Amino acid sequence: MNRFLIPLGIFVVVVAFLGIGLTLNPRELPSPLVGKPAPSFSLPQLHEKEKVLSSNDLRGKVWLLNFWASWCGGCKEEHPVLIHLAKSGEVPIYGMDYKDRREEALAWLKDWGNPYPLVAVDESGRVGIDYGVYGVPETYVIDKAGVIRYKPIGPLSEDVLQAKILPLVRELQNQ
Amino acid sequence: MVPEIGHYALILALCVAVVQGTIPIYGAAVGNSSFMSVAKPAARGQFLLVLLAFCCLGYAFAVKDFSVLYVASTSNSQLPLQYRLAAIWGAHEGSLLLWVFILTIWMVAVSFFSGHLPEAMRARILGVMGLVSVGFLLFMLTVSNPFERLIPAAFDGRDLNPLLQDPGMVIHPPMLYMGYVGFSVAFAFALAALFGGTLDAAWARWSRPWTTVAWCFLTIGVAMGSGWAYYELGWGGWWFWDPVENASFMPWLAGTALIHSLAVTDKRGGFKAWSVLLAILAFSLSLLGTFLVRSGVLTSVHAFATDPKRGLFILVFLAVVIGGSLMLYAWRAPRVGLGGGFSIVSREGMLLANNVLLVAALGSVLLGTLYPLFLDALDLGKISVGPPYFDTVFVPLMTPAIFLMGIGPLAQWKKASLPDLAVRLRWAFGVSVATALVVPILMGQWSPLVSLGLLLALWIATTIAVDLRERLTRTDGSSFMGKLAMLPRAYWGMVIAHFGLALFITGVTMVKGFEVEQDVRMNVGETATLGGYTFRFDGTEQYKGPNYIAARGSIHVSQDGRDVTVMYPEKRRYTVQNQTMTEAAISPGFLRDLYVSLGEPLEGGAWSVRLYHKPFIDWIWGGCLVMAMGGVLAISDRRYRLAWRRKEVEVPAGTQMARQTVS
Repeated sequence: MNRFLIPLGIFVVVVAFLGIGLTLNPRELPSPLVGKPAPSFSLPQLHEKEKVLSSNDLRGKVWLLNFWASWCGGCKEEHPVLIHLAKSGEVPIYGMDYKDRREEALAWLKDWGNPYPLVAVDESGRVGIDYGVYGVPETYVIDKAGVIRYKPIGPLSEDVLQAKILPLVRELQNQ
Repeated sequence: MVPEIGHYALILALCVAVVQGTIPIYGAAVGNSSFMSVAKPAARGQFLLVLLAFCCLGYAFAVKDFSVLYVASTSNSQLPLQYRLAAIWGAHEGSLLLWVFILTIWMVAVSFFSGHLPEAMRARILGVMGLVSVGFLLFMLTVSNPFERLIPAAFDGRDLNPLLQDPGMVIHPPMLYMGYVGFSVAFAFALAALFGGTLDAAWARWSRPWTTVAWCFLTIGVAMGSGWAYYELGWGGWWFWDPVENASFMPWLAGTALIHSLAVTDKRGGFKAWSVLLAILAFSLSLLGTFLVRSGVLTSVHAFATDPKRGLFILVFLAVVIGGSLMLYAWRAPRVGLGGGFSIVSREGMLLANNVLLVAALGSVLLGTLYPLFLDALDLGKISVGPPYFDTVFVPLMTPAIFLMGIGPLAQWKKASLPDLAVRLRWAFGVSVATALVVPILMGQWSPLVSLGLLLALWIATTIAVDLRERLTRTDGSSFMGKLAMLPRAYWGMVIAHFGLALFITGVTMVKGFEVEQDVRMNVGETATLGGYTFRFDGTEQYKGPNYIAARGSIHVSQDGRDVTVMYPEKRRYTVQNQTMTEAAISPGFLRDLYVSLGEPLEGGAWSVRLYHKPFIDWIWGGCLVMAMGGVLAISDRRYRLAWRRKEVEVPAGTQMARQTVS
């Protein structure tokens, strides 16, 4: 008798998790890091691997940090929004190439356009762990003092950009 | 007015479904044949009502009735008619209506092709399907009504997602749903057998053709989805292990396992409880797929409509349907008893191993899909699982399964001899290994994975050849063709489906091993060479489509000075949603595809252009098509045709069947 109950047992566990999953919204998880200093990093750059991109160099300006990867479908989705934002020149977006292969990442940027002034390479995903990355793409708004102010998860949309990010960026830039 | 008629038809359909889901099952329990006979007319009536609702929604799209919320949000006055009609299943509400519509089509099919079934069995089957239908109709009428009005009416619609404005999207969802929902028949058969306590070889034989038909549709549906991603997303990939793709792939794996397990139940009377469990599993995964796509618990490129209220409804529905059937299983299955014993080296043994491996592969896909959610729910961190995980897990599981696939059809039932099999297969093995080693070297680049892939494909093909030869020498017949015709179609079905898999593996291996791509900046008149072909960029021109404006490039392709073709990749901007789409140009071929997509415009009329040479890629989908053809051939086998014609109930014992079939 017992072994015939196993499938039911497994199913009950799965349903419990799915139920908890429903109460979580993967796109709107409040990050515990909002309001805290952005974890510092110092990583090789994508285009010139001898050079280093360090979060300390970005002190004193408002910037966005965008985690992406060439294998990530959502990154393709938000990409036109990033390109558009980069062209407007309102705020620099620094890229963090997350768990990716260098040549594929370079090909991806070459093909679809590069919205980033510089891209750092987080090959092992260590910095991703420091930032609590749930899944790429993820974007962080970081202020002049190096504090994370906002973190939308998932592909950026023009709406979120216009309604939330740009007003916040302007406010931070005027501080 | 018309939308209200549709809405009303859905309400009536719900009432009919409630009747269909209760009275016949009760009738079967108490042995009241007039109660049982309600099932057939109820199923047909429900079909007509849902058909009416479906036509009403189609009409609203055709006449551009933007006072219907769903029409306004998924179409536009500029959208061509065929895409307006395809927009019926372009988003959440309408695809549910399509789901229920297809469920009722399957019900009607059961009501027509069940003459040979005992009445109680038929009543239970249609009853279970009616209950599933109740759930979906309730879901539509409570939280996702496609006929909801928008007052005041919108001046124009928000347009269909440009990604879906494609001929492939017109037929992909119906195909996929035919497969998904088709497993509801096998599911209903399984539950009916559990209710009735008649889990025997006859049950398996009745279930088999239904399962196979659903499996064929699903195979085509999944393949079309992959083909769509290949030419529509514009970056040349054909499978991304995206949660939504996984949601369609998991029922396919379960269905494949079910087909094989039912074969054992049918012919040997074994694996009974296991087959029932797989039937429940296949349909449960179809439902889970719906939940994953519609509830928004996982982020995905495909997840187009997400709403927690709907998610909760589907979860409760899942819990009731799957939980209920697993409870029934736990209660009734222990009485089913075991089939005949068999040794590990036997056809049963190999089919069992095949099933275990397929289910393990299924489990690993399920785990990879739900893992981020599990960790998140347990507050253990947040991760995303990408293609590297799936590739790593999938290949080692499928390799032994495919190896066994070569041996299984040659092994005897019950007990086979390993040395004997080794002798019979030594040539097949030798030829496969040698060819798999030599071919990549001849193609100029050897890698272990390419050789492994080719080895598996060749192994399938050569073992099929050995098996055919052995069977033909055993078959009586005057001529070679006559002998071929003597073999049962079910056997041919298996051979062809297995061969389709060999084609598929060849395609995947060659593409992964030998594809080349190049990103180039091309000025007008400039050329680039790739894979022996010369591509000349002849500039772009602007043109205006019905609801988009496009830049169309023209690229002239030649090989050794001979003209091959001219390709027209496009960059479109859909004006209503202001979305840019890359329309790749593909020149398909038996041995290779040329694939060209436009990147970004550069100064002076130049463009960044991406060129691909993809050897054998069409074999991926060709292989799936051949697999589905194998399925079609299998259900056209003589014994099913006889079964449809014979109206009387016949219940041959499993042993009798085993003797009849050619082993």
